[in-house]
Amino acid sequence: MSAAVSSIREPLITGHKTYHDITEDLIGPTEKAPNFSWVVAFLLSVTLLSFGIFCLIWTFWVGIGSWNLNRTIGWGYDITNFVWWIGIGHAGTLISAILLLFRQKWRTGVNRAAEAMTIFAVMCAGLFPATHTGRPWLDFFMFPYPNTRGPLWVNFNSPLLWDLFAISTYFTVSLLFWYTGLVPDLASVRDRAKGVRRKIYSFVSMGWTGSAKHWQRHEYLSLILAGLATPLVLSVHTIVSFDFATSVIPGWHTTIFPPYFVAGAVFSGFAMVQTLMVITRKILNLNDYITLAHIESMNKVILLTGTIVGTAYLTELFIAWYSQYTYEQYAFFNRATGPYFWSYIGMMGCNLIIPQIFWWKKMRRNIWVTFLMSIFVNIGMWFERFVIIPTTLARDYLPSSWSYYWPSWVEIGIFIGTIGLFFVLYLIFCRVAPVVAAAEIKAILKTAGDQYVGENAKKQTHSHSH
Amino acid sequence: MKDQNKEVLYGLYDDDEILLDAVKQARENHLDIWDVFTPFPVHGLDPILGLAESRLHIAGFIYGAIGTAIAFFGMSWVFTRDWPIIFGGKPYWSVPAFIPVTFELTVLLCAIGMVVSFYIVNGQGFGVDNPTLDDRITDDKFCIAFQTNGKSESEIEKLRSFFSESGASEVNSKTI
Repeated sequence: MSAAVSSIREPLITGHKTYHDITEDLIGPTEKAPNFSWVVAFLLSVTLLSFGIFCLIWTFWVGIGSWNLNRTIGWGYDITNFVWWIGIGHAGTLISAILLLFRQKWRTGVNRAAEAMTIFAVMCAGLFPATHTGRPWLDFFMFPYPNTRGPLWVNFNSPLLWDLFAISTYFTVSLLFWYTGLVPDLASVRDRAKGVRRKIYSFVSMGWTGSAKHWQRHEYLSLILAGLATPLVLSVHTIVSFDFATSVIPGWHTTIFPPYFVAGAVFSGFAMVQTLMVITRKILNLNDYITLAHIESMNKVILLTGTIVGTAYLTELFIAWYSQYTYEQYAFFNRATGPYFWSYIGMMGCNLIIPQIFWWKKMRRNIWVTFLMSIFVNIGMWFERFVIIPTTLARDYLPSSWSYYWPSWVEIGIFIGTIGLFFVLYLIFCRVAPVVAAAEIKAILKTAGDQYVGENAKKQTHSHSH
Repeated sequence: MKDQNKEVLYGLYDDDEILLDAVKQARENHLDIWDVFTPFPVHGLDPILGLAESRLHIAGFIYGAIGTAIAFFGMSWVFTRDWPIIFGGKPYWSVPAFIPVTFELTVLLCAIGMVVSFYIVNGQGFGVDNPTLDDRITDDKFCIAFQTNGKSESEIEKLRSFFSESGASEVNSKTI
């Protein structure tokens, strides 16, 4: 019954942890008062969020004319940010669901935080289209419900409506998946707490006991939710790409969009996970649970998806030339050399060229390089969406309506506000719930702990045999 | 569980491997285990314990099928019977355009239905306070519990000796 010893497999939990150590290390941070750096980060995030709220109020007070959108460019900063946030929201479910199906054990170190990140990112994303309608208090009109206007139904043939369904489903399923996984860990917090804290955690942990039958159902539920979330996560960004691909705008009307958007989403999502995890592991002292092996695995995913995205960029260029279709050719020529050439350079540089550094193992395992790269990729993927949206719209069929777009301070403020919202939520989450899935880490301890696998384990078994 | 008090005799084990051996031993001795509590899902426990396969996935399939039907027939009804509109010269009943929403609703209903069913069959919910045997079960202890209502002294003694033989680090009793 002893655990399989392998010196080849790299341990995912270091420091010779026992089950109790894991509880101390992972549940412990929720019991301590926040440290100074947390307070500073929180106050900063709240400030950014407040500015965002101010800009939102400004938008509704003054009107959507306070944005720099014009008749040619009807989609600008807001939709760029929407797609950017939705993309970031893809890593969580990918890590939890697809890696669960592939039985990748390294997911356990990062899945909880990544899922939380997904949920917060989707909340930030949803804000943009909700605001862009101009009258968000009437947004419920978008849902098909029996009404007194006929009943007049929504257009089920429209990709914008599919998007509404995709994103609200994605948000709901991600939330359920995340919370169901969180319940056993909240019960751990409950069982260590006293007084009011115990009452609160008792409420939110829903009476979890750890019964064998409950665990069996829990495993089933996780597996099936993962099976559902896998096509779901692919469908969401596919449908986001339909928002563009089903139009007749050159540069948008391409069949490559769904896979290219999905790869880009995973790419940017992993970059944001890296940004957060590098900081989180440092501040919460989780180096034994989020090891260099985790960082390296994620960097491999970034390299793979970045290269897929880069290949898609080059394929688009080739197909534009090969199609012999002047308007399509012009769209891509304009992207690279037109008024927004700088965003094209940013996109190509950050997404295609710079990530190639991860072919070197040394770079994949370097924390500073990883952090810097994750920022580059976040910026690069933002540029990608900017290239696709305003650049394409700025040059349409009629040269007389050509235009240029740059966001107003209000638009920039709302974007800054969503960054604030994201970090406010993430920082609160770090305080109230275990950032690493403690029960799942315990479950893999004997197959991934460094006393069982890797160099240490080899030494141990040798010393035992002597 | 709520109606009558259960008298429970339980042993705590320090490791999942000791627990698995103990459960095996209990089954061989035909001891009637009430429940086993663990801090994480212990692999290989279900068959030893004789737990039947969960039927949650069957429920999930039914919820999903309901979602598919609602979405597909709902949209078909709206666009062919209730308020037919021509969009872009396409037929009223444009099936390919219905696929995304049908898929999303299938997943949505399946997920919500399964999660709700999961908590209902587990007897869980927000604010539900199920009694637990020991606070360390969610930390690092593995627990085998026997119900002792109406059991004779000798039977209880037999259980106690089982615990000491199978390597339990603690044996306690509790009424829940």
